[in-house]
Amino acid sequence: MANDPDAIPFEVREYLEAQQRKRLLRFIACGSVDDGKSSLIGRLLYDAKTLFEDHLETLQRESRRAGSTGDALDFARLLDGLTAEREQGITIDVAYRFFATEKRKFIVADTPGHEQYTRNMVTGASTADAALILVDARKGLLTQTRRHSFIVSLLGIRDVALAINKMDLVDYSERRFAEIRDEYLEFARHIGIGNVACLPISAINGDNVVDRSARTAWYHGPTLLEYLESVEVDEDRMQRIPFRLPVQWVNRANADFRGFAGLIASGALRLGDPVRVGPAGTQSAVTRILDGDRDVPVAVAGQSVTVCLRDEVDVSRGDVLSHPDSPPAVADEFEATVVWMHEQPMLRGRSYVMKIATKTVAATVMPLKYKINVNTLERLAATRLEINEIGVCDLELDRSIAFDPYEENRTTGAFILIDRMTHQTVGAGMLRFALRRSQNVHWQALDVNKVARARLKGHEPCVLWFTGLSGAGKSTIANLLEKRLHARGQHTYLLDGDNVRHGLNKDLGFTDADRVENIRRVAEVAKLMVDAGLIVLVSFISPFSSERRMARALFADGEFLEVFVDTPLSVAEGRDVKGLYRKARQGQLRNFTGIDSPYEAPESPEIRVETTAVSAEEAAVVILGELERRGILAGA
Amino acid sequence: MSILPRSSSTHFSMHHLTHLQRLEAESIHVMREVVAETENPVMLYSIGKDSSVMLHLARKAFHPAPLPFPLLHVDTTWKFREMYAMRDQVAREPGIELRVYRNPEAIELGINPFTHGSAVHTDVWKTQGLRRALDEFGFDAAFGGARRDEEKSRAKERIFSFRTAQHHWDPKNQRPELWNLYNARKHRGESFRVFPLSNWTELDVWQYIHLENIPIVSLYLAAERPVVERDGALIVVDDDRMPLAAGERPQLRRVRFRTLGCYPLTGAVESDADTLPAVIREMLLARTSERQGRLIDQDSASSMEKKKQEGYF
Repeated sequence: MANDPDAIPFEVREYLEAQQRKRLLRFIACGSVDDGKSSLIGRLLYDAKTLFEDHLETLQRESRRAGSTGDALDFARLLDGLTAEREQGITIDVAYRFFATEKRKFIVADTPGHEQYTRNMVTGASTADAALILVDARKGLLTQTRRHSFIVSLLGIRDVALAINKMDLVDYSERRFAEIRDEYLEFARHIGIGNVACLPISAINGDNVVDRSARTAWYHGPTLLEYLESVEVDEDRMQRIPFRLPVQWVNRANADFRGFAGLIASGALRLGDPVRVGPAGTQSAVTRILDGDRDVPVAVAGQSVTVCLRDEVDVSRGDVLSHPDSPPAVADEFEATVVWMHEQPMLRGRSYVMKIATKTVAATVMPLKYKINVNTLERLAATRLEINEIGVCDLELDRSIAFDPYEENRTTGAFILIDRMTHQTVGAGMLRFALRRSQNVHWQALDVNKVARARLKGHEPCVLWFTGLSGAGKSTIANLLEKRLHARGQHTYLLDGDNVRHGLNKDLGFTDADRVENIRRVAEVAKLMVDAGLIVLVSFISPFSSERRMARALFADGEFLEVFVDTPLSVAEGRDVKGLYRKARQGQLRNFTGIDSPYEAPESPEIRVETTAVSAEEAAVVILGELERRGILAGA
Repeated sequence: MSILPRSSSTHFSMHHLTHLQRLEAESIHVMREVVAETENPVMLYSIGKDSSVMLHLARKAFHPAPLPFPLLHVDTTWKFREMYAMRDQVAREPGIELRVYRNPEAIELGINPFTHGSAVHTDVWKTQGLRRALDEFGFDAAFGGARRDEEKSRAKERIFSFRTAQHHWDPKNQRPELWNLYNARKHRGESFRVFPLSNWTELDVWQYIHLENIPIVSLYLAAERPVVERDGALIVVDDDRMPLAAGERPQLRRVRFRTLGCYPLTGAVESDADTLPAVIREMLLARTSERQGRLIDQDSASSMEKKKQEGYF
């Protein structure tokens, strides 16, 4: 390709050199169409010459056809990309917009303002360095201004510009501006936003957007663009805090090369630096840093690198490299703030897949401490989180991880929660701190243990978890089986769903949340009984596979035997021993499994009993045989 | 604190990363996540400038290892000759496995843009071709070079864009994407289209090509080319398959392309920009977007969203 540098026109060469110094700022724009947000973003794009003629032509055509602004350009139509959004005249999803000035390139996350789109705003805020919050000068601070500010603060954004728009409609009044500014500064201090700039603007007329306005001679602060061109890029702050490299991928290019690839989350790394591998705590030193295909002596937050270490230490995806003198904390129980993002609510006791930096673990939701009314910031008691709700809860992981509080590090303290069945991203959250009990309360090791107790019993302890529809025959089969075991001199206990609900679980109803808690308690009780050396028979509908999985996870391999009592709904309903199906069909019973609440059949149970093919007695014999085959019982 | 690099002979205080460095780091991070979390990824290679940048970034991401995935060119047999030459050259490079897929149905039916029109041509060769290729090879993640600044519906698409087993995209039911945490979990048969260049603009791409000296086809640079005008678009007659109307004769005009696709469907622009800096200069002064040259986008405001839902990239 012809690329003779001497042939480059002077001004382009200068331009390209300036480009080498240009930096990137990501910000979120919050507010509604009424506040003039779309007009403001449209104007920024237009003034930065990012709107192209064909976009404008399309816009003019569409504004005339369906716009709500008369002859003026309807910038909202330009920004709303999805057909549904244009048809309904609303913004549903986060849109990312791009523009650049001489000094910086900008990525704007344009998010809808309504409360039912809180999750979208959280998404847009998660990657932002700064936030632009719009208010209408006539209306002042609204509930939604407070909500937006709270979310921005929650997501760790330190710099906020409050654009007090429509100053033209309050005659550019300094007094009105000062009123709103003072009220906002007080509120921002209260919720912990550090740096606030308040700007009097008019997006329609362009006052103080790009050019300083003569109509606000009393204002001496920056224009909006000056603010955006000078506000601190978050990555600068990230460079000043301790070094973290979450390992993404181990590069084994050949027998001699083993490199650890990842995006540096914070701090800086130099050749020769000692490093610590978390959570294991092993140490080594840096022998190579690769930035792409180049060896470099130093790398900083924001760069994707590959690092080689001096020693053959064990490092894999999900580990975090740090400096030995400032390592991340290690824990397996946390208090966290969670934003719920899915129609299916977050339930206490349920286990989710958690992705934090490059690590994937299982996280169980422990009691929800409270949820937060995003409009009033009140703390409310809650047992579950619905979509768009924000709450604080404890999380228990299946193993220890290296982490930092989100407040300190936005990468090693942020996580998403994923549903195990649907694989949907259902929640997002921020770790606040490790629970002291996970650091200070150690398991009391006892001398007489499960093995010792089992030895006296003459069998291996286990739990037989009977699951199936109401009326499937679980309790009948479990009862027959227990009689046979007892006759053989085995030590057993039968936990029956109905019976347990009369005592231990009498405070629980039949909502999804209560069903999860019901199973959690029973699983824990069964675990204690297995520890005591018993063969425990649990007879519970237990309709959700995630809870059965949670129960299974409490036990050692081979201890948990899922018995699927497989009876078609029509057969179970036909039997209707307790008359419950009839009541459910008549609407007198809500949340009845199989009728208006789902039953998730086990995919691979240890034992399956088809009650349409075998009698209850035969089923008990089959299960007994299976226990012998597995070595839980000695052969008869 | 000792975490800041200790200053030595150089007066190091803070490394200000440029916007291109941050974009590069993000793209590389995305590619590594895909390789770490999916079973059988592939990189769509269309020979255009965005593909060239993507390939360059992939080499950086996995250096010194060879690319841990193959490249896939979903061919329509109607690309520019120079594009095929470049593709074959890339395929010969060490560490590159390039597969070419031509939809057998399109071959059998002899689908072409002249007889069948742009919509059918694009659907059968590209949309159906891509779906068949992904199914036949069993790829569960496919990198594409699309950018959010190209088109309105793209501005709302995720970086990890989930596809059902039928390759459908549901814009109203996208997974939330926060921080740089990507959820690549899926059931068998489902897949992802992954867009590492989501946050790049056309100008960023050109600057990066210039800065990193990335090879691109010369069709992006102005030259005298034989041109006919069709529906207001300048079409370069790249071979003798192009039917000409009675009396229609290609004129030599100085043109270049801002975007490349099938030659009969790609409009050129008149230009004197025959070097990269000249192209960038022209970009800075440009007042129309690059997709304007694509005849397939102009059917309706939501045509891209519709095509994407059906499985187009």
